[in-house]
Amino acid sequence: MKDMHLLAFKNVDLTYHSKEGETHAVKDMNFDVREGEFLAVIGPSGCGKTTVLSLAAGLMKPSSGTITVRGKAANERAESFGYMLQKDHLFPWRTVEKNLLLPLEIKKRNTPENRKRVLALAEKYGLKDFLSNYPDQLSGGMRQRAALIRTLAPDPEILLLDEPFSALDYQTRLSVCDDVFRIIRSEKKTAMLVTHDIGEAVSLADRILVLTARPATVAAIHEIGFGDTEPLARRESPLFSSWFEKLWKELNV
Amino acid sequence: MKNVKKQTFSAEHLAYLKKERRGKIFVILARIGLLILLLGMWELVATIGIVDPFISSSPSRVIKTIAELYQGGSLFYHIAVTLKETLLGFILAVAIGTLTALALWWSDTARKILEPYIVVLNSLPKIALGPLIIIWFGTGSSSIVFMTVIVGVVVAIMNMLGGFLATDKNKIILLRSMGASKFQILIKLVIPSALPQFIGMLKICVGMAWIGSIMGEYIVSRAGLGYLIVYGGQVFRLDLVMASTVLLCALAAAMYFLVVLLEKIVIRHPR
Repeated sequence: MKDMHLLAFKNVDLTYHSKEGETHAVKDMNFDVREGEFLAVIGPSGCGKTTVLSLAAGLMKPSSGTITVRGKAANERAESFGYMLQKDHLFPWRTVEKNLLLPLEIKKRNTPENRKRVLALAEKYGLKDFLSNYPDQLSGGMRQRAALIRTLAPDPEILLLDEPFSALDYQTRLSVCDDVFRIIRSEKKTAMLVTHDIGEAVSLADRILVLTARPATVAAIHEIGFGDTEPLARRESPLFSSWFEKLWKELNV
Repeated sequence: MKNVKKQTFSAEHLAYLKKERRGKIFVILARIGLLILLLGMWELVATIGIVDPFISSSPSRVIKTIAELYQGGSLFYHIAVTLKETLLGFILAVAIGTLTALALWWSDTARKILEPYIVVLNSLPKIALGPLIIIWFGTGSSSIVFMTVIVGVVVAIMNMLGGFLATDKNKIILLRSMGASKFQILIKLVIPSALPQFIGMLKICVGMAWIGSIMGEYIVSRAGLGYLIVYGGQVFRLDLVMASTVLLCALAAAMYFLVVLLEKIVIRHPR
């Protein structure tokens, strides 16, 4: 049973310091991310959702408590994470292909086999014709898809998604959302998504973790129970609006 | 999709392209016309004696002076002297400036410590150092190269440091999340993203290098275009002053266009 927990936060506390003073950002946080699941994290604005992802990725160290990946300290396992930010952050001076291979270069794993695997991913998800293009020649949805493939390139165990759709217009967001869900499911990746958009969380996640206002701690964890239903189909289900309302109320207590 | 190139254009689009091209040709013709007009007026005013050509010189006298310099065998000598000083100073200023900016990007502490020194050096009129430079470097061309370097280097540092520091913070976070070292962040992100800034800095430094070398030749020199200008002024040969200035204009413009050419070669991705 223990193996099911890919990523675990145990009694995590974080206080960070700046000239303006100190901020107690995270308080006694406990949760697990299970292997193969899609966990969405929502919370009131400014509660430190992104901080939780930074902690998970090892970009920040907790003041106390432990964060483990399969029982090992998370910061020794930077290999396990793929981080996706709000904007695609494709490098405009690199072609799409070179952008996709960037993580391999950084991790010094730019071997022919790995390159082949990444290019196969690109082909599978419709980027083949754009490989020699520069990012600025791609549409917003395509760019975000390229960013996801780049995140998948080093074959991470856990995807950390920091509001990856918020820079897109509504129409594109819905279709990219579907896109990302499908790709993550078919690659059988574990994902942790941070978002302020309740609808997005309900349409993507297996479980939803609700955070309190700062200092952030876990207010509730909900099993959504949509299974493999895709985001657009979920939005049409009556269950969607009842979850939406329930979560909306929880965020506004 | 934006990258799909259309091979056939509508008649309306072709008309639009034609109009665009006509506009471009008009601008080029107007530029040349304006130059001819100015030169013609200058020549006319000098020929019919509204202004004494001894004071104003004239295009024909400028050409004559350049021809004389050429026949006397000193034209290319003076050009070579100034060009060598300018290019050497330019390359040194750009190289030292960029490397210093890199070091200051690397170390926050060094940057904070050195900031006021750079600001003061930037505001200081470099010509004030003239006497010192002569005493330290002698009356040879090394003084002039040094002057060129100090005029350009601070500008190069400030420009490049600004460029390096403007690197997108989120892109740095992205690379850090991939486990990138500071050196990798520098090589893969900071330097390539500051490339447009680098080209911009080169353009500014072209101007700075000419200021530096001519200023240097004003202070101390026995040859070069700046020397000819000072000499021409002292002996009241304004033809020589004008001819040297025209040559300077041509050389500075040529150097600037070389940088523009470099920009086209280096920055290939569409923006």
